[in-house]
Amino acid sequence: MIIQQLFNGLALGMAYSLIAVGYSMVFGILRLINFSHGAIYAFSAHMALLFISMKFGIIPAILMSILITGILGILIDKTALEPLRKKNSIPIASLITTIGMANIIQNLLMIFFNTERKPFPAFFDFGMLKLGSVQINSTQIVMCLVSLILLVILTLIINKTKLGLAMRATEQNSKAANLMGINVNFVISFTFFLGGASAAIAGALIGGYYQIVYPGMGFMVGLKAFAAAVLGGIGVLHGSVVGGLVVGVSESFAATFLGSSYRDSVAFIILILVLIIKPTGLFGKKDIKKV
Amino acid sequence: MDKKMKKDTSKNFIFKMETLIEKYKIPIGIACAAVLLGFPYIGVNQYIMRIAIMIGIYSMLALGLNILTGYTGQVSLGHAGFYAIGAYTASLVSLKLGAGFIVSAIAGATLASFCGLLLGLPTLRLKGTYLSIVTLGFGEIVKMVLMNWDKVTNGTLGLKNIPRPSVFGLKLTLANNGIYYMMLVLLALITLVCILIIKSKIGRAFMSIKEDELAATMMGVKTTRYKVLAFVISAFITGIAGAFYASMIGFIDPNSFTFDISTLIISIVILGGMGTIRGMFVGSAILIAFPEVSRFMMDYRFVVYGIVLVVMMRFRPQGLLGWKSQMPYKFPKLAVQELEKRKKGNMQTQQV
Amino acid sequence: MAYLQVNSITKQFGGLIAVDNVSFEVEKGEIVSIIGPNGAGKTTVFNMLTGVYTIDNGEIIFDGTPIHNTTPYNVVNQGISRTFQNIRLFPNMRVIENVLVGTHIRTEYGFFDSLFRTPRYKKEEAEKVMHAVDILRDIGLEDRINDYAQNLPYGEQRKVEIARAIATDAKIILLDEPAAGMNPQESEELLRFIRELRDKGYTIILIEHDMNVVMNISDRIYVIDHGKKIAQGFPNEIANNQSVIEAYLGGVKKDA
Repeated sequence: MIIQQLFNGLALGMAYSLIAVGYSMVFGILRLINFSHGAIYAFSAHMALLFISMKFGIIPAILMSILITGILGILIDKTALEPLRKKNSIPIASLITTIGMANIIQNLLMIFFNTERKPFPAFFDFGMLKLGSVQINSTQIVMCLVSLILLVILTLIINKTKLGLAMRATEQNSKAANLMGINVNFVISFTFFLGGASAAIAGALIGGYYQIVYPGMGFMVGLKAFAAAVLGGIGVLHGSVVGGLVVGVSESFAATFLGSSYRDSVAFIILILVLIIKPTGLFGKKDIKKV
Repeated sequence: MDKKMKKDTSKNFIFKMETLIEKYKIPIGIACAAVLLGFPYIGVNQYIMRIAIMIGIYSMLALGLNILTGYTGQVSLGHAGFYAIGAYTASLVSLKLGAGFIVSAIAGATLASFCGLLLGLPTLRLKGTYLSIVTLGFGEIVKMVLMNWDKVTNGTLGLKNIPRPSVFGLKLTLANNGIYYMMLVLLALITLVCILIIKSKIGRAFMSIKEDELAATMMGVKTTRYKVLAFVISAFITGIAGAFYASMIGFIDPNSFTFDISTLIISIVILGGMGTIRGMFVGSAILIAFPEVSRFMMDYRFVVYGIVLVVMMRFRPQGLLGWKSQMPYKFPKLAVQELEKRKKGNMQTQQV
Repeated sequence: MAYLQVNSITKQFGGLIAVDNVSFEVEKGEIVSIIGPNGAGKTTVFNMLTGVYTIDNGEIIFDGTPIHNTTPYNVVNQGISRTFQNIRLFPNMRVIENVLVGTHIRTEYGFFDSLFRTPRYKKEEAEKVMHAVDILRDIGLEDRINDYAQNLPYGEQRKVEIARAIATDAKIILLDEPAAGMNPQESEELLRFIRELRDKGYTIILIEHDMNVVMNISDRIYVIDHGKKIAQGFPNEIANNQSVIEAYLGGVKKDA
């Protein structure tokens, strides 16, 4: 039983990691927590559903959802956040703007797609695999694999490519990066695109796992992924992975032993505990304040 | 140069406007009072009365949030939680213990402010966004508890038949306009309390925290204590509004206190003007009344709240009424007397 | 023991030793300057004095009481306040309100006094306002009382910061590069003002790069380089000290 829940939790946790890295990347580069990330995730799942209903194949639908969600990420930055950076606004302004964005996206989804839960095709369901007493659904295997591959790709991009180098440089010191010839605005847009794209993949995976899609799905999942990012140390990519797994497994156990109505509270409790005990998370670095 | 000239002309305009208001403040005050007091008698129906009362309630909520967010700079996304605690506690006290409105409301507000204390204490060290997310979590946890603690809160079914407030045995209802006047009384009291707090060392401490928390700490302001105080005061006011709302509407359920409500309250504060008192009334009037004006607005009103946030931050972060006063600082009476005394003393020595 | 006794304080950040066994003392009524090249650790010393940083070693004793490793509140309460290298006023508050925040720690009325406007509130609020007005008058900012801090020119903002520090009823005032960004007239005025402060009984510790100010006003000077004290003495001694001159790379450094 416990091992079963462990596996369930790990699979779920991998998907949370995919969303959590979106928070981490944007925070790393802008020192901003993108509150609208959860709504972006919900948007992507709805887009995938939309394209599937338009009779596109499953893979093309997901690919298009990834593309369009990445673009949404860029749009949010360009229309709302970049002007604030130019004006040197106070940090509260960005926070409130992303809250507003989340609100707009979620409510527009409600208006255009109505609030009911819609079925998402179980396209990765090829049956169960039995390992001893543990049953693993093929969807879970796909979730783990795809998440893993994507996280590896992300890590490779960030650590091995020129663009990734530009991202890391901008993270450390955007002014210096700019002076070194890096197109900082492009790097920021690319970061938002990556964040949106990974959220979209998570959207397809989780949508396919639970097989339902509804406008409010971003709210809870967004908060849980945020808890995962904070637990791992926001801004640190591998931290988001570990954080996601911990949140996924904890949620799985909580659902079994506390009942499903309190399963959502686990992520909150983790978040609050981390913020109280060690706000920088497991792998985060402490900012030294210069007076 | 052009931008500076624009700034100067707008400062001039503000100065002229404020001087005018200051000069005619007594007739303006009497006119406003007359309108507010006479409002029920200018032929408005129950529907409009209800809107007016909701504007009043949301003004109270905005005033409460404003103390924490507008003055002290701590963005709370979970104020619906305090609203709910005030409403539910007051309702339960009056339903189960038969207490009158004032006792119930104070009980509700006290429990809400106690929760504000519990929430504020551990979150002291958290930076802006983290604090906001924790308040969001708080709001959600409150809703979760309300939905699941069936024995006490009746779960998703909510509480009904919440008694109207009574004063000296007379029941205040919509029909006899009693509820409307009670709203005015509560709103006036809350506004007065806010003004008294802001225009004192407490208000200055709050503002210094928002402006530069480190500098405030280095000047000897106990920033942690004041942040918690801001939470407590804010929660108390919000709790009172909750108690009144429950009593007015007679029925509450967990779905009346969602994250969308928290978003609405903060939209009002930002639209009207963070850190101003006047902005709270105007912001609430706009965001509560406008959806009633058109069917379109009503359906899309939640999107509008989000748009308000984004647009205001982009184009006018100080809010509609958020101008900086160009009037001279208002000195306390005793200080004015002292300055007069000195002036006279100077003149006398000059004559000699 | 001196009025302010600093014994072998050390501060380390990870592998970097920012302040290395620095000792100095300040007697009551003195004006003492701490100078040194940029990055030497001078502001770090101020941060250690005022409770921003904990110290890894050593002790700081003010008027007989240890004040190291306590809260900034405690340090201000004991009677030490400061200004900042990069001005940290409250930009959207008025000049007088900025100074009034300085009086906060000495203002005794509480929440209920404010709520009910008790006589105690009225009396104390007026007293503190008058105190703030007097400080601003003494510093020459009478005409700026109602202005918002962010609208003031740089030099006047510095003065407001000093006024705010004075308002805490401090006995020792730490000034972190007060002359930075000032033209020669302004720094002359600042010189005069610091002397007036000393005449009024304040003890001053100064971090400064402007050698005109340092040499003309200091009773004694300490020189710090790479976190270590490399020289101490009277102004004329320091001006001729070889290691000091070398630390500044070939000559007394003028304000850039």
